[in-house]
Amino acid sequence: MNYETPPLLRLCNISYSHPGTSASLLQDINFSINREHVGLIGPNGCGKTTLFQLIMGLLKPDSGTILLEGNAVTKSRDIKKLRRKLGFLFQHSDDQLFSPTVLEDVAFGPLNLGLSPDDARDVSVQTLEQLGLKDFEGRITHNLSGGEKKLVALATILAMKPQLLLLDEPSNNLDPATRERLIEILRGLDLAHIIISHDLDFLAATCTTLYTVQDGSLQRCEQKQVHSHEHIHPYGDYPHQHGT
Amino acid sequence: MISEPFSSGSTLFHCSDARVKVIGGTVLSLVLATTTSFAVAMIGFLFTSLLLLISRPSPGLILKRIATVNIFTLFLLFSLPLTYGGADIVQLQYFQISLDGMRIACLIAIKTNGILFCFLALLATSSTVSLGHALERLRLPRKLVFLLLFSYRQLFVIHQEYLRLHRAAQLRAFTPSNSLHTYRTYSHLFGMTLVKSWNRAERVHQAMILRGFDGRLIPLKQPQLRKSDYLLLASLLLISLILAGFSLNNPV
Repeated sequence: MNYETPPLLRLCNISYSHPGTSASLLQDINFSINREHVGLIGPNGCGKTTLFQLIMGLLKPDSGTILLEGNAVTKSRDIKKLRRKLGFLFQHSDDQLFSPTVLEDVAFGPLNLGLSPDDARDVSVQTLEQLGLKDFEGRITHNLSGGEKKLVALATILAMKPQLLLLDEPSNNLDPATRERLIEILRGLDLAHIIISHDLDFLAATCTTLYTVQDGSLQRCEQKQVHSHEHIHPYGDYPHQHGT
Repeated sequence: MISEPFSSGSTLFHCSDARVKVIGGTVLSLVLATTTSFAVAMIGFLFTSLLLLISRPSPGLILKRIATVNIFTLFLLFSLPLTYGGADIVQLQYFQISLDGMRIACLIAIKTNGILFCFLALLATSSTVSLGHALERLRLPRKLVFLLLFSYRQLFVIHQEYLRLHRAAQLRAFTPSNSLHTYRTYSHLFGMTLVKSWNRAERVHQAMILRGFDGRLIPLKQPQLRKSDYLLLASLLLISLILAGFSLNNPV
């Protein structure tokens, strides 16, 4: 991919193996993203989440460079800058929500970015409203339902105004209504994203490009193919629609 | 979440700044703890009872708390008169009751309850989170405050992990008995709880640093001291000073 300006994020020859193992989990990964909507699929344990952790600087690659807007991310100052621009939504929202109330949790990031408490409160309330979570401010994070937790976790990230979202299996364990809502939200955001998911319909609805991790390397999937397959579900004999 | 039943309300103490209550409560309880005078302990006890009344706690809950602490003082009330010795001894059938021991046990009971009431009225009327932030603003080491706030938050998470594992064991027909199998199972449960909580803590920490955390928890509410706070602090300190003065002049 050629860009006039350097892409927002670029991975150059990233390799990684878990400590204590000789086999590489990820081998020479090259990838760049600017404003695209990318989906990432692959079997369990193939290194998708590890790739996100490498990008966010939570793990250190064995070799290779990560470039943010053309600058190599090496020092801890660069990693901090990268973390301001990239938002990582964890697979389990429980790990992401740790403050007693929703407002405090959403305001945690903006406060750390140096916003005044008043501004942080405004940004948080605004973000919650944007996600359709008005009046959630005083709710206790622990008592939220799974779907609400996922949306609040997304709000905690969006409140920091990132330029790229990394979403780790966001549609897992969501009921159909919340899943639809998440799709609407992601489509409405003017943000680049990379989504890890096993839910192909979810990826088809939110992404334009698909990649797969196979045997440690990242491969771009072919464009959509028209195909048909047999399936079964209740009320299947009535006319109905599938996916988008 | 660990419940904080006394922290919600609209009394004078609920509305006061946590810093004022921490300072006032600490000084007052220090005076009460160090006094050897019966009269000062009694006046202090009456004063803190008044504070407790002002904070209007729910009677059932408060009695439960008082009962818990007084199990300890009851133990002293029974044991000290029998074991303290001294000159004033009354023979009661087979037992030698030491009047000094009785006096000391009563003094301890009054002081303990006085301090308990002081903490229930002043500190329990703030949430742990605002107490933590108050301590930080009082220049306590940031790491200690962070430890307090996170232990409070994570204790609950660890307990939940433990309950989940325990439930899983119960669902597979585990009934505790005095057997090696039970001990082994419990040691596995505790071990797994530790490992799981550790992993969980690591993930939460990752989530925090990704959102710009650098060791400082910035509170969303930045309370400003009002006139009533200064007034409360002044009166608490004044009473403590008077009690301390009396205590020094009347050591018994």
